[in-house]
Amino acid sequence: MDKPKIATASLAGCFGCHMSLLDIDERILKLVELVDFDKSPINDIKEFTGQCLVGLIEGGCCNEENVRVLRDFRKHCDILISVGDCAITGGIPAMRNGIPLEECMNEAYLSGPTVYNPNKIIPNDKEIPLILNKVFPCHEVVKIDYYLPGCPPSADTLWEALVALLNNKPLDLPYELIKYD
Amino acid sequence: MSKSLEQVIKDICEECGKDRARLMDVVNAVQKEFGAVSSQAMDLIAKELDIHRVEVESVVSFYAFLSPETKGEVVIRLCNDIVDKMRGVDSVAKAFEQELGIGMGETTADGKITLEYTPCIGMCDQAPAALINDMVFTYLSSDKAREIVKELKKHNDPKKIFARSGDGNNAHALVRSMVHNGVRKKGPVIFAQREENGGLKKALSMSPVEVIHEVKNARLRGRGGAGFPTGMKWEFTRAADGDKKYVICNADEGEPGTFKDRVILTEQYELLFEGMTIGGYAIGSDEGILYLRAEYAYLYPFLQEMLKQRREKGLLGKDISGKTGINFDIRIQLGAGAYICGEETSLISSCEGLRGDPKTRPPFPAQKGYSGSPTTVNNVETFCCVARIIEKGAAWFTEIGSQGSPGTKLLSVSGDCASPGVYELPFGVTVKDLLQEVGAEDVRAVLVGGPSGQFIGPEMFDKTICYDDIPTGGAVVVFGRDRDILKTASEYMEFFVEESCGYCTPCRVGNVLMKQRLDDIIAGKGEPADLDYLQELGETTKLGSRCGLGQTSPNPILSTIKNFRPDYEKLFKENEEGMNPTFDIKSALSDGEGIAGRKSVIYTE
Amino acid sequence: MAEQTITFTIDGVEVKGKAGQTIMQAADEAGVYIPRLCAFKDLTPHGSCRVCVVLVNGRPQASCTQPATEGMVVESETEEIQKHRRNIIDMLFVEGNHFCMFCEKSGNCELQAQAYRLGICAPKYPYQFPVRDLDASHPDIFIDHNRCILCGRCVQASRDLDGKTVFEFVNRGTEKKIAVNAEAKLADTDIDISDKACDVCPVGAIIKKHIGFATPVGRRLYDTEPIGSDIEKKN
Repeated sequence: MDKPKIATASLAGCFGCHMSLLDIDERILKLVELVDFDKSPINDIKEFTGQCLVGLIEGGCCNEENVRVLRDFRKHCDILISVGDCAITGGIPAMRNGIPLEECMNEAYLSGPTVYNPNKIIPNDKEIPLILNKVFPCHEVVKIDYYLPGCPPSADTLWEALVALLNNKPLDLPYELIKYD
Repeated sequence: MSKSLEQVIKDICEECGKDRARLMDVVNAVQKEFGAVSSQAMDLIAKELDIHRVEVESVVSFYAFLSPETKGEVVIRLCNDIVDKMRGVDSVAKAFEQELGIGMGETTADGKITLEYTPCIGMCDQAPAALINDMVFTYLSSDKAREIVKELKKHNDPKKIFARSGDGNNAHALVRSMVHNGVRKKGPVIFAQREENGGLKKALSMSPVEVIHEVKNARLRGRGGAGFPTGMKWEFTRAADGDKKYVICNADEGEPGTFKDRVILTEQYELLFEGMTIGGYAIGSDEGILYLRAEYAYLYPFLQEMLKQRREKGLLGKDISGKTGINFDIRIQLGAGAYICGEETSLISSCEGLRGDPKTRPPFPAQKGYSGSPTTVNNVETFCCVARIIEKGAAWFTEIGSQGSPGTKLLSVSGDCASPGVYELPFGVTVKDLLQEVGAEDVRAVLVGGPSGQFIGPEMFDKTICYDDIPTGGAVVVFGRDRDILKTASEYMEFFVEESCGYCTPCRVGNVLMKQRLDDIIAGKGEPADLDYLQELGETTKLGSRCGLGQTSPNPILSTIKNFRPDYEKLFKENEEGMNPTFDIKSALSDGEGIAGRKSVIYTE
Repeated sequence: MAEQTITFTIDGVEVKGKAGQTIMQAADEAGVYIPRLCAFKDLTPHGSCRVCVVLVNGRPQASCTQPATEGMVVESETEEIQKHRRNIIDMLFVEGNHFCMFCEKSGNCELQAQAYRLGICAPKYPYQFPVRDLDASHPDIFIDHNRCILCGRCVQASRDLDGKTVFEFVNRGTEKKIAVNAEAKLADTDIDISDKACDVCPVGAIIKKHIGFATPVGRRLYDTEPIGSDIEKKN
């Protein structure tokens, strides 16, 4: 029988949650026995090859490409999980949500104290995904089945969650594993 | 040259006995004099009253009619209640804006005129209406609005635009108002012929305990909406420990769609003062406070004069009606624009010169109310009922109305009907009969009890208006066939969001979230699961809220989910599975597309 | 006069209290923890957060302000009440801007701790992302309004314990916030780092400068044991 497949993506995140997944250390060997990885930065598969059991999403949606990827995940994953505070709350990138977009761009590319940009160019190429008015938590864009909070969620949290879901058990995190930092 | 800010504030504070508890009077006076309670004024007031500046700021920032920024010499407050909207207030607003060259919430460049919206000012039967300073302008149209502005530009004095007095005491020299009473139906209790002060005379011949017994035997319940048995409230207040006790009349009629107390205050004030005096006698109090909402400030000089006349007649003051040792007097406390102050403990806070936050209960006002003393707070209409009960006897009263709800009820009827106005009807009247009486046909919904009451549809029109069936503090708003019930519900939620004091979490946040999701649904971004979401959110808000506001504010949504569910369901569209319908990629990209100067190639349509 | 003992039940457990105590006081002494946010020892119960609302003989009441009476039946950690409690905590999270990942208070924050205790992994309501100020004018203390939950502890502590009235609420509804007793900033008030008002904030809205992140992760108040464990251990 084929192994169940999982997929992962980092949207507007810092890859810290993916690092945390790697932090499961030697258990990663067990994980590879349990599942195959489909679309994921870990194996660099760019597009889905088929339906997956579990999708792990790191980061919220700050641009149109994030939305496209997230919707693609929703279509291809039976269980979709928001992993980490950015996916769940928008996180650090969402600190811009109270500031008008134009001001953000100016601060980032023109007037910020550490900006070096002698030609005063704000990057704008059709290859660059358009930025959204604000950063959206994933569940405000698609339906999310489970949430693993943390910045990042600990390796144990990720491990516990995956093992439970792969064994068809309800995901019920113990007190020590629900953390927002 | 006029007196300096410092001197004026000093005078105002001195006039109020430098009493911190009179802070409302102080800030109201300063606002009136300077069009603002400026930062500098706050410092001066704090100094004069020996309190902290932030305490003054705390109060000033709470009330809608007070402002730290200077407003125009003339402030036009256009009422944007639903009924005014049904009657075309939007075109009136546009006319004001065009003619003044400013938007809502703005002041003309010369600093003369401020234009803003205000919630229900108690004139729904003569909407659209506006307050221009203290003066009420009714039956507005865009033409009238233009005329008013033209006149104001000449002299900036609303008093000079006075057209024609309303009926009854609206024509009294001290009122001079264009308001109409609109009493459509007089009943046997409030608007009947009666013996002047007959109730008071009789009360003074009884013992206080007998008076309370009579009120209890009449099974009188509060007319403001909550329906607490009046006799019991008085009994508790009388029994409570304390040398000093207070009688407070709640004339902060703020429930949108309610205006019956305005008519009592204009025409039956004697009955009201009589009832308050009887209350004082019954509970053993020598001091009454009439808390008058700021929107009714045009009645203030008149009521002051009427109190003075009662004093001169020996009906107020020392040894009332010649009865030695029976003292009672009434002062008027003006509010400053806050719906929440209709809640009795908020009203007490406001009388004490505080923010209109509700107080923690227990202790209840009957135990510890105004300045920590036992206090009874009753509605205007309730006091009137008391005076009549004592005059005619409990048995007479219980003959009127229904089994569980004796007496009559004043109903303020407005909206889609031929004869809006005040109706005094016996309890137990069916909604159907009421609608016939007011000339309402082809009715889609009736809002009974105002937004904190419930929306009912035709299948419920056989129900009766009384405490055990459909209770109401007096508001009845009729909605005709073509009205959009959900948009109306959303407008009422907006009202609650604006008027929540923000003290407790469920009310402060819950109402915002409920309105947000309702608006999503109205915008076509809803799904069936939203109904469960709203239901649960409404239940948490009701269960968790600290006072009556949050305990009833979800009603526009909860009662429409219950009684107008198809209105919601027809807005739900088939959504792509797994996607969240509230997310709208087009609007999420609007700024980004504008800044980049290109359109999305991923989301093209 | 001997103190009168009263007996009542919380979730079926018999609790003995003294006449005059609130439900919360009696419950605390009996080792039954009722979740709370605004309530704080030494301060008059504020009754604003509504997290401690319980059913008393079927009626909702805030246990921090409701007196305990003989024979009352209190429901607290029932499925129904816990659901409303989670909703109220969710409301507080989405109402402000709570970035736990860089907040100095994280791990010692009572809002966060209540959410942990209630097993909340994500709020069910949409984030409001309000625009709020930060006042870092004072050399030793700063206020971050993004994190304020309007519990009123600082208002009371400054007034009743410090005798100063540095803080008070201004505005109403969604605009309601904490203001300082000065025209502009905290630095213009007479607040001092040793004031009680600086110690009572349940969240990271009033923070002492220079000592951020002093306790390592793992040893903070609520890292390993839920809030209320100290009370429950009495049982």
